[in-house]
Order: sequence, then structure tokens, then C-alpha cells
Amino acid sequence: MATRTVELEVGRTPEMGVDGLPARSPLRPFDVPEPEMGTEQMLINIGPQHPATHGVLRLICELDGETVMSVTPDIGYLHSSFEKLGEYRSWNQIVPLTDRMDYLAPLIYNCAYVMSVEKLMGIEVTERCKVVRVICMELDRIFGHLLWLGTTAIDVGAFTPFLYAFQQRERIYTLHEALTGARITTSATRIGGMMADLPVGWLDALRDFLDTFPNTLHEIDRLLTGNQIHIGRTQGVGVINTADAINYGLTGPNLRAAGVDYDVRKDRPYYDYETYDFEVPIGEHGDCYDRYLCRMEEMRQSVQILHQAMARLPDGPINVQDPNISLPSKTECMSDMESMIHHFKLITDGIPAPEGDCYLPIEGSKGELGMYVVAEEGGTKPVRWRVRPPSFVNLSTIAKLAEGHLVSDLIMINASLDIVLGEIDR
Amino acid sequence: MTERPLSGLDAVERGPLPSDLGAAPSTTSIEGESDHPSVAALEGRFGSAILRHSVSAGDQTVVWIDPAKSLEILTWLKEDAGQLYDMMSDVTGVDYGNGRPVEVVYQMYSTTHKHAIRLRCPLPLEALQIDSVAGLWHSANWLEREVYDLFGVTFNGHPDLRRILMPQDYAEGHPLRKDFPLRGRFSRAEQTRRALAQDVERFYGTEELAHGGTPQEVAARAERADIAEAEG
Repeated sequence: MATRTVELEVGRTPEMGVDGLPARSPLRPFDVPEPEMGTEQMLINIGPQHPATHGVLRLICELDGETVMSVTPDIGYLHSSFEKLGEYRSWNQIVPLTDRMDYLAPLIYNCAYVMSVEKLMGIEVTERCKVVRVICMELDRIFGHLLWLGTTAIDVGAFTPFLYAFQQRERIYTLHEALTGARITTSATRIGGMMADLPVGWLDALRDFLDTFPNTLHEIDRLLTGNQIHIGRTQGVGVINTADAINYGLTGPNLRAAGVDYDVRKDRPYYDYETYDFEVPIGEHGDCYDRYLCRMEEMRQSVQILHQAMARLPDGPINVQDPNISLPSKTECMSDMESMIHHFKLITDGIPAPEGDCYLPIEGSKGELGMYVVAEEGGTKPVRWRVRPPSFVNLSTIAKLAEGHLVSDLIMINASLDIVLGEIDR
Repeated sequence: MTERPLSGLDAVERGPLPSDLGAAPSTTSIEGESDHPSVAALEGRFGSAILRHSVSAGDQTVVWIDPAKSLEILTWLKEDAGQLYDMMSDVTGVDYGNGRPVEVVYQMYSTTHKHAIRLRCPLPLEALQIDSVAGLWHSANWLEREVYDLFGVTFNGHPDLRRILMPQDYAEGHPLRKDFPLRGRFSRAEQTRRALAQDVERFYGTEELAHGGTPQEVAARAERADIAEAEG
């Protein structure tokens, strides 16, 4: 094999003066008076295409030296008009739109939407369905937090946690795929139940994940929690106090890191969350480090909830046994006249809703995720379908959090808020 | 034979889809005592500014209020010791179409008393204006901008009322209004024409545009600029 020689580019020959000596540099640094420092402010633009903004987010920063004087977020690059599209779709057809919003924790969005519609229609889902949805939501809380953990660690220079976290996410992807047939765009729920019951062996696979995942989490914990660099980059950065955190509408781990004991699962319980035994971690400093600690603990608590949910998972049907809500099985549909009529009516007409509106908040992985649906009497489409986006409201605080910090801290603060642009722009 | 219900794609072809029912929303208000403590207090204090109230979806209290008094009512709900709704979870709009009022909806929660309440302010289409509450809750700042952007409701006293999701120079109106077609107000040809006619200088300054060209040209130009700077 022939070796290839590489010609190194040598520096330019110095220009020669008339006396044969190298000409004196035209720059005479010591002759020039030092310019006045700290008078000029610089406007720099981060994003929209930048890996550290975690999506198509644009931050316009006014800097004095390296200190951030003000930040103006510019969003809307990923606006897909999901809420408008929803007004042209029947209740069940909206489910696929929901997982496109938060593609980092899609099952939580699937569940939140149908829960709100069911509450509006007064549908009580089966006990098995409730527990299965709790399993889905807690699994995706871990799923969402793991992505946050990996990408945030990489933003402050720690590469190993990223690999560890994504290895575990890959296992959840496999569980998603077994449950729904898709890795990200799950669309697993239907009004009155789920697309399908848990496949055979799925709970064993989940148990296997839950048995080994805490070990990895512990390894990441050992890499980051006591790490001097990580502590230096996160403690005291992006601090918000309790009163401001509430007033700015922060929710989820961001709010709890500031010392507010508000978790929708505890304060406005749904799906029997009050009967599960789990703790809600509360921070006290409201900085990036406390947000990190809160999310780490939430993952451990989610593992606890998942164990309890698997233990109590009842047998029985997963879908509501009402032919006007749930589709009949394919076999029934092809062999029974009545079922075929119901199938036809459900597909062509849809499910009629009563007049009214319903706002159902749940604890998503990013914060309080509220689905607000408005219907007219007998409407098979929503008049209005609104998503109360936790990331959107959380991101609006970034101007306050980042003011006075360095640009590198702005990256950390942005990462610590755990945003997803699909849901901010909708 | 009744007409076949429209599928999603039919609606795209047909353009704007007004709400199916022409009738005004029912005005059934629940008379008498409500078990939500804020409702009785609101009625006692503001009287006729509380238009009606009802319970929706089983256990959710909804109060319709007069938009002219909205700021006063919301300030009281936030600051009165018996109410203390310190968390403004959501501000959004609802358009029923067919000329009916656009409603601004507030979802509030009190972390002290653990109560939630929903307020709705109907705004007539000819006066889509309401007082901003961004001074009371910072979370309302972006949420009100979104309602302005998508519904065209003006929030008086808002510190920074600009479009937030749509482009700043979006010329087709407010997308979540029922009279806005799913495809946009302009034809596809007009949208393409406008996209192609966009001025590059709107996005880049003249200085940035001057930096265009092949890498060789840029390098040569930078060198010339260095020399010129050194000599001059």
C-alpha cells in the first residue's frame, strides 16, 4: 500500500523591507492606546439551527462581553397548526396529532388527550385500561427525562451519560414498538380504551427493563451528582425563587426545584394516583442543579410506580364495552351484522359529544400538560382543541433566568428547562 | 337522505367550515348555590358582571364574566385572601364561528386553597379587545401573545403584543378563527408568489450579504481588507 505524503502548508514568507530585513509589522500593539472596555453591547444570534438549542429555537442575545444582558426567544419555526388541524378531524383522528407534539414522551400526550375527551363525554374507562395508561405515562416520564439527562450532560461536556441514557432509551423504544408498532409516533390510545391490549410477554420485558435500569441510573448519578465540573456549571445558575416560579407559570420539575410542592398527580389526582405510594421530590434553591436532582429522583419514583402498577394490573377488557364508543374486533365485524353496523357508524359518524368544555391537566414529563376540548351538542369534531403546553410556558421564563449569566450558562439554563419545540410551536 | 358527513379532506377542499349549529350557545345557567366557594363570592361581589356559571364535564366550574370588568375580577381573584389564584395555567381563545362571540378562556389554580376555576369572557367580533393580565401573572405574557396571534384578540396594556408563532409579517390573518380556511386565505399561487418575492435583505443586513461568494473570493477579500486596514 502506497503511503501518501502530506505536504504541510508552511507559513507565509515574511515580507522583506528595503534593508533586507523582515519588514516591521504594521501593527504596533504597544503604541496603540487600549480601547475603552465594556461600552459596546453585542447582539448575537443562537439558532435556530444549533444543537445546543434542542430544536429549532432561536435566541437573540444582547451581550456585554460574555455576560447576557437580555435574551429574546424567537419561536414558531416548527409551527404545524395542530390545533387547527384538529378542528377538521373526528375525536379519534386527533390521537396521531398528539404524539407529534412531544415526540420525546409520546404516550403521555396520547393518554392526556383521550382522558380529557373521555371526561367531557362522561366515559369511564375500564380498570385495566387505567392501569395500562398509568404504566404508559410513567414509562414515558422515564423516557423523556432520559433524553433530557443525556442532552443536558452533553451540553456541559459530559459525553458518557449521553451514551448510557440513550442506551436505556433504546430499550424503551423497543417496548414502544412491541406495544404500539411504532417507536416514536405511538398513537396508542383511543377514546374509551387503547389501540390494543398489552402483547404477550410485554410485562416481562418491562420488568426486565425495570430491574436493570436503576443500575444504569445509579452509574449516571455517580458520574454527575458529585462531579465538580457539573456542580460548578449548575449550582447557582438560573435561579428562580418560589413566588416568581409560580407567577411565571413554571410547572413540573422546574417548579418543584424552586421549592413549590405542586404535582398534578398528588394535588389533582387522576387514575387513582392517590393510591400509589410514591414521593414527589422538592428542591430548595431553584437552580439548574436542583432541577437535575428532581428529575433524577422522579425517574426512581416512576420505577416504583411502575412496579406497583404491574402488581395491581387487573384482568378484564381494556376497552369500554359500549359499541357506540369502541370499535368491534375484526372477527366480530366480519361475522356479526350488528357489529358491522356499529363499526360503520363509528367510522363514518364518529362519537357524538355533549355540549360543554373540559380542561384536564395531567403531570407530563415537562410539567402540567392540560388538554382543553370544547364541543357542541352532538359534535363529532371538537370546536376547539387546545393543548396547554408546559414547555411553552416554561421557556417564557428563560429571559429572566439567563439575565446576568454568561453565554455558556445560557446554554445550561436552556437545557435545564427541558423543552421540546414540537410542543412549543405546535 | 341526509348529506354524508364531511371527512377531513373534503373540508380542506371546501374551505372554511363554519360550526354546524347556527343556534346561539344555550344560556342555561345554574341558579342558586354552587358548591365552588369562589362562585358565590364572585356573585356577591361583582353581581351583574358575572354573566352565568355552570359545571362542565362533571366537576369543573366555569364562570362567564363581563369582559369590561375582567381585569378587576381577575385582580380580585388573585389577591383576595379567600381566593389567591396564584397560578394562571392557561389563557386561550375559543371561536364558535357563525358570528358568535370569540371567548377568551382563563384556567386558574390556587396553590393555597387547591381550587381550580375556569373563566370565560365572550368578546363580540366587532370589539375583540380585553385588558391584559400579563401584569398580574407573567405566565400570561406569552399565552396572550398566542391568543392575539391566532385569534386576533387585542390585549390592552400588554407589554409586548407581537405575533409569536406565525411570522411577524404574516399577512393572511389569524389562523384559529373559524372563517380562516385550513389552507390559508391566499391561493397556493399567491402564497408561492409571495414566498419568491421576499426580500433577502429583510433577513440579512447588507454587510452580511457582502460576505457572499466562493470561499476563495471571501478569503481574497478578507486579505485585501486586512492590508487596507493596516495601511490606512
